[in-house]
Amino acid sequence: MEMVGMRVDKPKKPNDYNKRRFRLFGSDLSFDIINTFFLILIFAVVTYPLYYIIIASFSAPELVLNGQVTIFPRGFQLGSYERVFNNPDVLRGYWNTIQYTTVGTIVNMLVTIPAAYAMSRSDLKGRGIFMLFFAFTMFFGGGMIPTFLVVQRLGLLDTFWAMIFPGAMSVWNLIICRNFFQNNIPKELLECSQMDGCTNRRFFMQIVLPLSKAILAVMVLFYAVGHWNSFFNALIYLRDDARMPLQMVLRRLLVLAQPDPNLGAEMMEDWVRMLMEVEMLKYALVVVASVPILILYPIVQKHFAQGVMIGSIKG
Amino acid sequence: MIDAMPKVKRKGKGVLAYLKENWDLYVMLVPAVAFIAIFAYWPMYGVLMAFQNFNPFQGIFGSPWVGLAHFERFFGTPTAMRIIMNTVILSVQTLIFTFPAPIILAIMLHYCISKRFSRIVQSATYFPFFIATVVLVGMMHLFFSPSVGIVNHALEALGGQRIVFMADAAWFRPLFVGSRVWQGTGFGAIIFIAALAGVDPTLYEAATIDGASKWNRIRHIDLPTIMPTIIIMLILSLGSIMSVGFEQVFLMQNPRNTEVSEIIATYVYRMGLMEGRFSFAAAVGLFNSVVNFVLLIIVNFIAKKVSSTSLW
Repeated sequence: MEMVGMRVDKPKKPNDYNKRRFRLFGSDLSFDIINTFFLILIFAVVTYPLYYIIIASFSAPELVLNGQVTIFPRGFQLGSYERVFNNPDVLRGYWNTIQYTTVGTIVNMLVTIPAAYAMSRSDLKGRGIFMLFFAFTMFFGGGMIPTFLVVQRLGLLDTFWAMIFPGAMSVWNLIICRNFFQNNIPKELLECSQMDGCTNRRFFMQIVLPLSKAILAVMVLFYAVGHWNSFFNALIYLRDDARMPLQMVLRRLLVLAQPDPNLGAEMMEDWVRMLMEVEMLKYALVVVASVPILILYPIVQKHFAQGVMIGSIKG
Repeated sequence: MIDAMPKVKRKGKGVLAYLKENWDLYVMLVPAVAFIAIFAYWPMYGVLMAFQNFNPFQGIFGSPWVGLAHFERFFGTPTAMRIIMNTVILSVQTLIFTFPAPIILAIMLHYCISKRFSRIVQSATYFPFFIATVVLVGMMHLFFSPSVGIVNHALEALGGQRIVFMADAAWFRPLFVGSRVWQGTGFGAIIFIAALAGVDPTLYEAATIDGASKWNRIRHIDLPTIMPTIIIMLILSLGSIMSVGFEQVFLMQNPRNTEVSEIIATYVYRMGLMEGRFSFAAAVGLFNSVVNFVLLIIVNFIAKKVSSTSLW
């Protein structure tokens, strides 16, 4: 039998056996009960808000806003989604974010991966200096204003590239990636190839990259999720509404558009309906904005965990 | 030359020969070095403007130097103390709750009686990490809305008063910290789960034979094993104690809670980018970065002394 809890060693004396079993079983049983109870509670606290958003987005507005939707969707409707998909700002933001995410991730990869490989080579002369050069920026920086002025000086303000270049490389990702190369590309492979006259660039392209699909996937996901969720760069570097990514549109619709609680007394019926529509739009909007991540979640989750663990190995 | 050659060959090649063979490694580094130089080191040079009356047309070279005038002006305002305290309080409260939570969750999952349930809880708690900050704050507005939010409906049903959570200064910190715990605990736990997986199983066997309960195993086996990981994570969090996330505070900020929600980062944004006082804002930002950096060095030094675990 493979059941872990059943395997109790049989001591020789019967008295001892009883005493020990009682103690072991007693305290560990209460431990298991408390532990399971709190795990279930944690599970509920984390998932219920997510679940609620989804069922609310499909339910009848009056029922949701009166607090009558709690466990199951009621008064099924798709009107909120229709309104989201008919909102030109949301669609444009979505399209912009897709562009920023795609181009941004490609640039990130082209900058990070080759550098990480070079940094993984223990025979790289000046490696310590390069490492210091990169790592120092993790702990100290010029701050928001000087960075803004650099972007302005480069003429990037309010351009597509303001969303791509300032965060083109994450030192954290560079280190994760370097650790992977260090631990997973056998030294003998390099030595053999060098003996055959293989250049570094060729070794990198034809041997290292095919052996590193796992870390490449992790990096793509790290960067892509970052771009998808990012709103700071847009807030600071963009003015033109036509270039705004989804997150800025969401900020306007989800965060800034709050009904004024003081107006409650003399609300007119039209106003109530408008408020309802605005509030209901939000539920559907949260779902629509998170759909790509929801779909990718199973893959993302596996790789993110892997990435964090690779990164935690001190190199 | 001829004499030196065998010796050089044994020790490794000369610099020129090395470069001739490995120049491509340096080419691979060029884009990364360039981006870091431009977007990380150039601003560090640009921060000199904190000691000037910076004028964008004259640049760092042409602008007049004013020494510490901006720092003096900042510390002379009554706002200074308030936003520094707001930053510290919010950071410390966040740290107190968000630091132990992942460790506790990791241990709970480690001792979960069902592997499958453990995996389900892990996946579920992990998900909020991927929710964008904007969406997170939007969700909070939906849940905590005074008139139509589910939290206030529940409060009323239980006989309580409706609360205007998102526009109430007293609720700003609890909501901020709570949402950070909700969003980050599952993700933060990964690293500790990995560390716990590294516990030597023979230790458990020995402990079980000696009759150690699970509580005892946690205290005497698990915690000591993951202590180096805990210390590294603590150094990192303490080092960034003054840089609590700008995005979420900024998004949760509104005129009714600024007295507690105005932190250094949001103040820098407002002064610099809204009001155009570049030098003044850069000075405040620099103060923040320096404090962070010094804190990190101090914490790292102490950790090295006390536990021989440190970042460098």
